[in-house]
Amino acid sequence: MADITKSPWIMHYDASSCNGCDIEVLACLTPLYDVERFGIINTGNPKHADILLITGSVNTQNQEVVKQLYEQMPEPKVVVAIGICACNGGVFKECYNVLGGVDKVIPVDVYVPGCAARPQSIVDGVVKGLGVLKEKREAMKKKA
Amino acid sequence: MGNRSVIPFGPQHPVLPEPIHLDLVIEDEKVVQAIPNIGFIHRGLEKLVQKRDFTDYGYVVERICGICSYIHGMSYYEVIEHIMGIEIPERAKYLRTIWSEMSRVHSHLLWLGLLADGFGFEALFYQCWRLREKVLDMFEASTGGRVVFSVNTIGGVLKDMDSSMLKSFVDIFQDMDKEIHKCCDIFLKDYTVETRLKDVGILTKENAVLLGAVGPTMRGSGIAVDTRKKYSYAAYDKLDFEPCVAYEGDSFARCLVRIEELYQSIDLIRQAVDKIPAGDIITPYKGKPNGEFMFRAEQPRGEAIYYGKANGTNHLERFRIRTPTFANITPMLNILAGAQLADVPILVLTIDPCISCTER
Amino acid sequence: MSDLYEIVPITPEQLPIVAMEKKAQGGRLVQICATRRPNGYEVLYSFDVETQLYNYRLDIDEGVEVASISEIFPPAFLYENEVSELFGVPIKGISIDFQGKLYRIEATTPFKD
Repeated sequence: MADITKSPWIMHYDASSCNGCDIEVLACLTPLYDVERFGIINTGNPKHADILLITGSVNTQNQEVVKQLYEQMPEPKVVVAIGICACNGGVFKECYNVLGGVDKVIPVDVYVPGCAARPQSIVDGVVKGLGVLKEKREAMKKKA
Repeated sequence: MGNRSVIPFGPQHPVLPEPIHLDLVIEDEKVVQAIPNIGFIHRGLEKLVQKRDFTDYGYVVERICGICSYIHGMSYYEVIEHIMGIEIPERAKYLRTIWSEMSRVHSHLLWLGLLADGFGFEALFYQCWRLREKVLDMFEASTGGRVVFSVNTIGGVLKDMDSSMLKSFVDIFQDMDKEIHKCCDIFLKDYTVETRLKDVGILTKENAVLLGAVGPTMRGSGIAVDTRKKYSYAAYDKLDFEPCVAYEGDSFARCLVRIEELYQSIDLIRQAVDKIPAGDIITPYKGKPNGEFMFRAEQPRGEAIYYGKANGTNHLERFRIRTPTFANITPMLNILAGAQLADVPILVLTIDPCISCTER
Repeated sequence: MSDLYEIVPITPEQLPIVAMEKKAQGGRLVQICATRRPNGYEVLYSFDVETQLYNYRLDIDEGVEVASISEIFPPAFLYENEVSELFGVPIKGISIDFQGKLYRIEATTPFKD
C-alpha cells in the first residue's frame, strides 16, 4: 500500500452485465468500501481515465463501443474485467448474442471472478491494477 | 421555430451505470421527440430455456438483473409450481415475502441514491447507499449472497431464518426507519430538490393508462394499482397494506411513491415476521411440468409478467419475461417530449430504468 | 388466480377489433409474446382492464401477416418490433418500425429455429 504514489482515475463501462457487478462497482465507491481512499476517482470521460473497469460480456453491438473507449484512454492504461461474464461469458456464454469475455476485444490485465463479484474482490482487483499500472509506467519511461 | 438538431444520449454516460441510447430531437433547448435505441446488453437469455433443464433455468432467470434478481427468481419458480400444481409450505411463502420486501427496500434506496447523484447531491447519494448496505448485510446473513442469492427452488426455499435472526432484522429495520426518515425528509422538503422535481416531467393519468405505465410510474399518476394487492402471491393476502399513490404525475410524485413504499415495505416485513408460522420450508415434488401459466409479480419497478409453457420434457418450450422497464419506456418517451435538455437525465431516472431487465 | 389461465383464441382479422374494444373499456396493453410452434407461431396478447387480465391468442402459420396495433396502443411498437425481429413474424404498420434493428443483433430471428 505504501508504494502507491499516484491517484489513478477509473472509468466504468457496462458491456452486457446484469447490473449485479455494476452496483457492486458503485458500492465500492460509496463510504463503506470507499476506493476513493486510494486516491481513486470515478470519471465518465475516457480521456481522464487510467483504469477501465468493465463488467459483463461483449456482444456484436457493444464491441465497437468497448474498443473506442479503450483507444481513447491515454497510455499507460489498465483494464480490469469484473465478474465472471467479463472474464469468459459466464452463465450467458451460450446465448446467441454473446461473444464471450472482454479479452476477445481488448487486452485485459486483471480478472476479477465472481457472480456478482464481491466489493472486497473488486477493491483487490483495482489495487492489483495499480501495480500493473506502475509497471507499465516504468516500462514507458525506460523506452523514452 | 428554433433550430432543430439531434443529440445522441448515451450509451456510456455519467448518470446511469447502464447503457441506453436515446436520440433526442431538440429545438433550441427543448426536446421535441426522443427515440430509444436499445440492444447494447441484449443477451437473448429467453432462448437459453431450450438448452438448460427446467430445474437449472432459475439460475439464469435470477441473472436477468442484479437489482431485481430475487423477485425474478421467485417468479420463475412460482410459474413452475403453478404448472406442476405444487403447493408450497406456508412458512416458505412468508420467507419469500420477507425477502421480496427486503429487495424492494434495497432497490428503492439505490434509486434514491442515483436520483440524488442525478441532481448533483453527492452527500445524499452516499447516505442512501450507506443505508442500503445494511439491507445487503442482512441478505448476506440470511442467504450468503449480497446481490444474487439463489435461495428459491421448486417447491419452496432452501434456507430458513430462525426467530432470533428474524427479530434482529426487524430491529435493524426499526433503526433504519429513523435514518430513512432523515434522508427522505431532504427529498421531500429541500428547496433545491423541489425545484428539480416539482412540475417536471408530468405524466397524466390518461397517458399512464394508454402508454401502459406500471409500478411507481403509474401510481405516481394517481392509479392505485398494485399487483401484490390484486394477485396476492406469496403471503401478501395475509398482510395488511394499501397501494401507495400520488396524484400529481410529476417527478416529485414518483419520488414520493417510492419513499412511501420504503416505509410500507418495512411495515410489511414487520407484519410478516409477526405472523410467520413454524413448519417446513420445502415441498418435495415429482415429475416434469406440462402446461402453461402466466404469473404477475410486483417488482420494485412495477408489474412484471412471467409466462411459461412446458411440454412434459426437461426443457420448457418458452419462458417469457416482460419486465417493468420495458413497459415504462413508452411513458418515458412521453415524459421526455417537451422537457428541457438539462432535465433529461433526471427524467430518465424517474421511471427507475433497469436496462438489463429490459433487454434480457 | 384462475382467470390467468383463460386464453381466448382469435384470428388476425379480429385482433384490431379486440384491441379497440379493450381501449374503449379503459384498458392497457400488458404484453405481446410470441411462441414458436412447428410451422407457425402463437402470439399472445394480454390486456389489463381494471386489474383483470385478458389474454388473446393468435395461432398463425409461418408467413401470415399480422396488423400492428401500435396505432391503438402506442406501447405496442416495442413488443411488435421485438416479435418481428426475434421470431420473424411479419407485422405491418408499426408506428416506429425499427425494421428488425431494435436489438441490432447479429443473428437473424434467433427464436425461429
